Amino acid sequence: MSKNKSEYLIERTNNIYEVVIGLEVHAQVTSNSKLFSSSSTKFGAEPNTQVSLVDAAFPGMLPVINEFCVKQAIKTGIGLRAKINKRSVFDRKNYFYADLPQGYQISQFKYPIVGEGTVILDMPDGQKEIGIERLHLEQDAGKSIHDMDPQNTLVDLNRSGVALMEIVSKPDLRTPEEVSTYIKKLRSIMRYLGTCDGNMQEGSLRADVNVSVRLKDSKELGTRCEIKNVNSIKFMQMAIDYEANRQVDLIEDGKIIDQETRLFDTKKNETRSMRSKEDAHDYRYFPDPDLLPLEVSDEFINELKSTIPELPDDKKKRFIEEFKLSAYEATILVSDIEISKYFEEVISKMGKNQDIKLAVNWITGELFAVLNNKNLEITESPISAENLAKLVNLIKNGTISGKIAKTIFELMIDGDRDPQKIVEEKGLKQESDPKALEALIDKIINDNREKAIEYKQGKEKLFGFFVGQAMKASGGKANPQLINEILKKKL
Amino acid sequence: MSEITNQSLTSLAQNIKDKKLSSEEVTKAFIERSEKSKELNTYISEDFSNAIDKAKKFDQNPNLNLKLPGIPIAVKDLFCTQNVRTTAGSKILENFIPTYESTVTQNIWDEGAILLGKLNCDEFAMGSSNETSFYGNVQNPIDKGLVPGGSSGGSAAALSGKLTPITIGTDTGGSIRQPASFTGTVGLKPTYGSCSRYGIVAFASSLDQAGPMAQNVKDCALLQEVISTYDKKDSTSIDFKRNEYSKELTKDIKGKKIGIPKEYRVDGMPKEIEELWQKGIQYVKDCGAEIIDISLPNTSYALPTYYIVAPAEASSNLARYDGVKYGFRAKGENLIDMYEKTRSEGFGAEVQRRIMIGTYVLSSGYYDAYYLKAQKVRKLIKNDFDEAYKKVDAILTPSTPSSAFKIGEKKDDPVSMYLNDIFTVPVNLAGLPAISIPAGHDASGYPLGLQIIGKAFKEQEILNIAYAMEDKINFKNNITDWWIK
Repeated sequence: MSKNKSEYLIERTNNIYEVVIGLEVHAQVTSNSKLFSSSSTKFGAEPNTQVSLVDAAFPGMLPVINEFCVKQAIKTGIGLRAKINKRSVFDRKNYFYADLPQGYQISQFKYPIVGEGTVILDMPDGQKEIGIERLHLEQDAGKSIHDMDPQNTLVDLNRSGVALMEIVSKPDLRTPEEVSTYIKKLRSIMRYLGTCDGNMQEGSLRADVNVSVRLKDSKELGTRCEIKNVNSIKFMQMAIDYEANRQVDLIEDGKIIDQETRLFDTKKNETRSMRSKEDAHDYRYFPDPDLLPLEVSDEFINELKSTIPELPDDKKKRFIEEFKLSAYEATILVSDIEISKYFEEVISKMGKNQDIKLAVNWITGELFAVLNNKNLEITESPISAENLAKLVNLIKNGTISGKIAKTIFELMIDGDRDPQKIVEEKGLKQESDPKALEALIDKIINDNREKAIEYKQGKEKLFGFFVGQAMKASGGKANPQLINEILKKKL
Repeated sequence: MSEITNQSLTSLAQNIKDKKLSSEEVTKAFIERSEKSKELNTYISEDFSNAIDKAKKFDQNPNLNLKLPGIPIAVKDLFCTQNVRTTAGSKILENFIPTYESTVTQNIWDEGAILLGKLNCDEFAMGSSNETSFYGNVQNPIDKGLVPGGSSGGSAAALSGKLTPITIGTDTGGSIRQPASFTGTVGLKPTYGSCSRYGIVAFASSLDQAGPMAQNVKDCALLQEVISTYDKKDSTSIDFKRNEYSKELTKDIKGKKIGIPKEYRVDGMPKEIEELWQKGIQYVKDCGAEIIDISLPNTSYALPTYYIVAPAEASSNLARYDGVKYGFRAKGENLIDMYEKTRSEGFGAEVQRRIMIGTYVLSSGYYDAYYLKAQKVRKLIKNDFDEAYKKVDAILTPSTPSSAFKIGEKKDDPVSMYLNDIFTVPVNLAGLPAISIPAGHDASGYPLGLQIIGKAFKEQEILNIAYAMEDKINFKNNITDWWIK
């Protein structure tokens, strides 16, 4: 068996199985209005307050495509290095449900707006390319609420008609970790592009997970099961783990896997059959006669290309080259566009004679810890990039020690205070005047004559004692490097 | 001055502009006649008292520059009208009152017209005799017990019965032209994309088109001029240069090339239809136009193609009537049960039949054999016309294979009913404009119509041909007011 740590294999007495995973991610398009109507898409409004006559499917109402959503989909396609289809067609997917007012969902079935592309994953053991099968635009349905009234199901149509991008991967994923990295990478790309906010809690990003298993080294795909609508990365990983093991157990028992749609029960941590292939809906897809085929020109696409910002992969490359970061550091800093912006702002505020390495350590160390503890996004950071840059510079130019810096950092959190001012106010400036330090050290040696003699006689451990005493006497402000130098000279 | 209700739109508008008539007088005259004409069953909803109020208001400060100054108009009940019940002839929308106005009707009100009420039609415009309406049969003013055609049967009957000076209908497979032909009136189905579909209860989206119905060609041209506008709210609306159809109307059609398609000479077509057609050919020749024999080889596939495409779209368009949001709802044990009962009780037999046909032809495993093939044939039918229009400017055919039939005569024979649309359906499949004008009578004295099919966006051309022919035909409707006691 491979020693590769990132490999995810399921072992049974006689067989080793590989897990094959494909994702259908539903990403809500960032837009003010819906895909085919002018209603607001704002999250969290009172139920049924963002519903137009079109969204509620009143007689004679017609869909009109929102050009902005089309642009968003194309931009996302460009971000996925995918083929943009100049002609795509909206189809009707017909089924009855209380939260589907039209009795059909407008989606793209045969001719999606975006074709094949790729996403690069940075895994611990190197990069891996995941194929994108397609991206298409579709309407979201409303929301059925089953637990608010004992007799009735309530329907909220605020979400009805909101634009979604369905991004379908090829079955290239092999481990729960890859799935996690893939989702995070997709989210990162879309956030860079401003095409989806990636907020899984608000349902802006959801996924159907296709799982199959096969004997390791087999080339054929097994029968897959689709796990519907999993809305967190953790649940995706749990669902995959459960589902893969369930399938392996079936095979080991000599049973057949039915192609079916399953639900993941987050409480019981198991997947359950929702409907089999035979019960699958016949959606009776056909081109929506209310909408003409969507045609975009090369010019339109090129214009959008010119608005595409530097994306994570390119940014990472640049960070490594320009700032001499390690691949690991660069990956962390580019993972989120806001983090990369913060980092670049710190660098620019640091001016000349920067210590980039030190800045990276402070951002990914102290700052991330604070954000984590307080559950804040980088955009909500209590310390501005400017003040963090100042702090790093204070360390770099020897004004304060790293240790003092930590104290100052704590003080900066409350009200984004200027570290320079804290240093001055609290008198925390590092003592770097050799004469003052010599006097201080002379006194310490005088007071500890016996220990000084012991040191000279070879008890070298005592050097640390003198450093400690000197730091203590200076109130922690003494420049440690100078203390070392002077002590070596004097002792 | 002749009796108000006998006047054409053009004459009424002129009399109002000349202050010889007030809007109130005109409105009251049509209301009075409508009140006496209940037996025709043309109205589903009347809005008479509002109409009189609006007429009075118009007269107080009349804008005489409008094209329909204070003219009362009743419209097909497929157009959504703000605050006025809109049923589409169905039980499922029995109590539906829209909060919005269709673009086509809004265009009419913007030109000064006043709503009289909503006219009967086949349920969701699915029918050729107005017999599928939940609100009962409409009598053809031509003779008692005669269907007015469909689906715009109420519109055609109200128009020929002089209950409204003009009206608007919708035409998915002949629903304006066939009733016009059955009632001795003029009906135009414009080019697909000419009139906005916004606010019109949808039957088959790729075929539906609103159009004017009038006593004569000039009125028809004027109404077309008003209702045809580009509308951003309808993605299939087309932004082309629209003529001022009534102003540009001319009888000079000298040198125009008129095609006569041999495939429209169908088996079993009554002799009088063939004779009418020959007469029509002579009329256009007399006008100085040139007759050219043409072929539209795929004509015989039009009807089966239509009866796949239209039900397919309808089955999806009508899914929204599910009892959840508005309209009729039956009590059910659960959601599915409620759906089944609502739709079983809310839709009539013909609508259910077409939903089932449509659902079938779109089903997986049948889609390629039916829907996809129908789309391909539809393209071939359009190509036939494109080919023909390389040689001719317009095409002349009968409007229908027979005159109006008796109520109940074809009700239980859907195929024979569908055959009524044989000459009109190819036009919808190809998205072309076509007009039906009254051209003669059969042995019983019932009117017969001729159809002029034009090139896309060439409404002016076929209106001109119709205008020239109208002059030669000099058609008179024999209406005895038999229903007025």
